[in-house]
Amino acid sequence: MRRASFQRFLSSSGKRFLSQKIIPFTFEKYPNVKRNPNFKSIDSQDIAFFQSILPSPQSILQSDLDEFNIDWMYKFKGQSQLVLKPTSTIQVSQILKYCNEKNLALVPQGGNTGLVGGGVPIFDEIVLSLKNFNKIRSFDEINGILKCDPGIILQDAQEFLASKGYIFPIDLGAKGSCQIGGMVGTNAGGLRLLRYGPLHGSILGLEVVLPDGTIIDGMHSLRKDNTGYDYKQLFIGSEGTLGVVTGISVATPIKSNSVQVAFMGIKDYSSAMKLYVKAKQDLGEILSAFEFMDGQSQEFVKKYRSTTSPSITFPLEESYPYYILIETSGSNKDHDQSKMETFLETAMENELIEDGTIAQDSNEAHELWNWRELIPESCQLNGGSVYKYDISLPIRDMYSLIEETNKRLQEQSLIADSSSSPSSSSSSSSKPVIGAVGFGHMGDGNIHLNIATKQYSKEVESVLEPFVYEFVSSKNGSISAEHGIGFQKKPYLTYGRSKEEIQLNRQIKNLFDPKGIMNPYKLL
Amino acid sequence: MLRILVPIKRVLDPQLLPRINAAKKGFEFSKNDKFSINPFDDIAVEESLLLRTKYKDLIESIQVVAIGSMENNKDILRNSIAKGVDKAILVPTKESAGDDISILNECKILEKVIEKTNSNLVLMGKQDIDKDSGIKGGILGGLLNWPLASNAAKVTPSDNGKIVVERETDNGQSTVEMSLPGIITTDLRLNVPRYVSLSKLMKAKKKPIDSLEVALSDEHTDNGKIEILQVEEAIHERKCEKVKDVDELLSKLSETISSTKAAA
Ligand SMILES: Cc1cc2nc3c(=O)[nH]c(=O)nc-3n(C[C@H](O)[C@H](O)[C@H](O)COP(=O)(O)OP(=O)(O)OC[C@H]3O[C@@H](n4cnc5c(N)ncnc54)[C@H](O)[C@@H]3O)c2cc1C
Repeated sequence: MRRASFQRFLSSSGKRFLSQKIIPFTFEKYPNVKRNPNFKSIDSQDIAFFQSILPSPQSILQSDLDEFNIDWMYKFKGQSQLVLKPTSTIQVSQILKYCNEKNLALVPQGGNTGLVGGGVPIFDEIVLSLKNFNKIRSFDEINGILKCDPGIILQDAQEFLASKGYIFPIDLGAKGSCQIGGMVGTNAGGLRLLRYGPLHGSILGLEVVLPDGTIIDGMHSLRKDNTGYDYKQLFIGSEGTLGVVTGISVATPIKSNSVQVAFMGIKDYSSAMKLYVKAKQDLGEILSAFEFMDGQSQEFVKKYRSTTSPSITFPLEESYPYYILIETSGSNKDHDQSKMETFLETAMENELIEDGTIAQDSNEAHELWNWRELIPESCQLNGGSVYKYDISLPIRDMYSLIEETNKRLQEQSLIADSSSSPSSSSSSSSKPVIGAVGFGHMGDGNIHLNIATKQYSKEVESVLEPFVYEFVSSKNGSISAEHGIGFQKKPYLTYGRSKEEIQLNRQIKNLFDPKGIMNPYKLL
Repeated sequence: MLRILVPIKRVLDPQLLPRINAAKKGFEFSKNDKFSINPFDDIAVEESLLLRTKYKDLIESIQVVAIGSMENNKDILRNSIAKGVDKAILVPTKESAGDDISILNECKILEKVIEKTNSNLVLMGKQDIDKDSGIKGGILGGLLNWPLASNAAKVTPSDNGKIVVERETDNGQSTVEMSLPGIITTDLRLNVPRYVSLSKLMKAKKKPIDSLEVALSDEHTDNGKIEILQVEEAIHERKCEKVKDVDELLSKLSETISSTKAAA
């Protein structure tokens, strides 16, 4: 028996389910959105040109394109007839230059795990898939600077870095599919932002191709560099609307040699807040994640996992209204361990937590994380169609959003009564909504509201929107904490940005992409 | 009535790769390395607890025992108490021996512990993932002249006071019935160990860990009978090959499968 056999529970998350459902085209669902007539449709001459620059037949796809046309949530479906898979910066540049001249619109696409419909076409935009543009360019073992192509999958980058004693500064549930380029495109936040900060801080340089084909080589590797406008920041979170990110230079932190994970049950939301303050006080610089999950979200995961791995047991003996997962990453095992133990024991004595568990080894640690990371997939399996809202709110108001939403859904009689058992009765009930759950990066004031429904419907949507956005706006929150605006949230941009801010954004867009070929119908 | 003894051992975290020392004769550890209970022993502890849940009246006591220093073993012993065993025993070894005593001596110590605790069923891991020798169950059975049911995938007490054990074998499953006293070694599929509950761990910290001195009259020494010549890291070979279509892929796959089968 080798050690490896003990990696038995590893599941790679972020995988999508094959759905049997028929997904309507986005243009049918949103008849108000019209195709921009300035954009040319693809013809055989265009194909011939692309064939001349992308000689490999695997680089040009013209059939079986559902994988590229349909988004991760099965909510949006475009009609693209053409997928291009360049493998180099020069190829990207040639493609963009040609498209710009011919007025051909395109969508850059990474792992297609984006959650706002930003990475899939709306009409017949060409999909520029970065999938095969996925090499590590270099790694500086002294400074921890990774330079890579955009298409490398986060998990692959993580494995590479782990072998060098480093980690990627961002981690998220979609790691098995999402790409570094896509993460830059959405300015992904994820699970360790609390500790290592946003990509805006970690990215040292980018190589980008502008819509006219110009290559901007900014693959810098300096932590400090005040030489003019920091234009790279504009591309971080630009959602493919300004250009294509073709190279990333990122500062990576040293891998902590002592990592601990604890999972605990909580009786009410105010205890969760107090626990957060206490965690900052007691764990200080070693705290690397503080994740919040409500009871219903774990019921979903229990149900999902009972089908995929029936022998797996829930970490705690009983169920609680809320759960918290805490991770610490430090450099001294004994110190870290005693800090964590003291923290948990005093939290129990003060009745901030009802019960909990600390991972005894890395397998258990990985398992505990699974209970958090599998929530999105579980919502999808339980429901099939999930409305997702990714919200920043002052921590005090965070959970009231979930409560208010549940109340509204009950008032409108769209959801099974929460007093009846959540896991058993709900899916068999006649109500369209199976459950509304809240979970998220509490340490960052970021909560995810997921509403699992049997089917996307106008009836449910009209109860949720603009209600959720109005609620968030009234509390001075953000309607998109980390997922971006994409197609889905575009109509609601005004809830988060003033007229002047939106105008400034437009001017920036026009400066980079005067013809508007880059990811049209999105963001602005 | 069953008086169960579960010998447990501390090993390097299963996900960590041990570092080979400069002399290439063994491993070296740093103070930051994470250790935990040998996963197969964890399964044995879990099985003893599950037996108690299912056959309450059959179980008189469950005890765990570790050999070595208190510092190294207190966590795995406490965790076992928190999980629900009745008693945790530490057999302290001589400073010089550390945790690294020979397997035969370990078994001789266990023999004495079994005698002193009057145990009649030993549940233990089928192997330690650090030494991978897989012989402890057999040696102990030999010393005690007790039957051994190895690689257990299912354990069921039967009405006639014996125990039915389903065993994993290379080509399937074999079911044996074992009389008591006896030894069962646990395989991976037997169960999934529970987590340690924090509230119970806090209570466990207040409970004592019993120390049991064991003196061996005829201490075994290896005396160079077995010498480690060299420890080397395994080389994982990954070969990439391009295939032109699905048919070729399938034929390559079946080729590989049959050739690895033949090799095994
Ligand atoms: C299970 C799950 C968990 C998630 N968890 C989190 C989380 O914790 N935190 C978080 O922030 N997000 C999370 N997300 C959403 C997140 O936005 C994506 O997972 C990730 O950032 C997108 O990467 P991708 O490669 O899949 O990009 P895609 O979905 O393919 O694209 C996203 C956007 O970026 C653009 N884009 C892609 N590649 C490039 C490029 N090379 N150049 C320019 N633009 C590009 C696209 O046009 C699109 O607008 C999660 C998603 C899933 C499915």
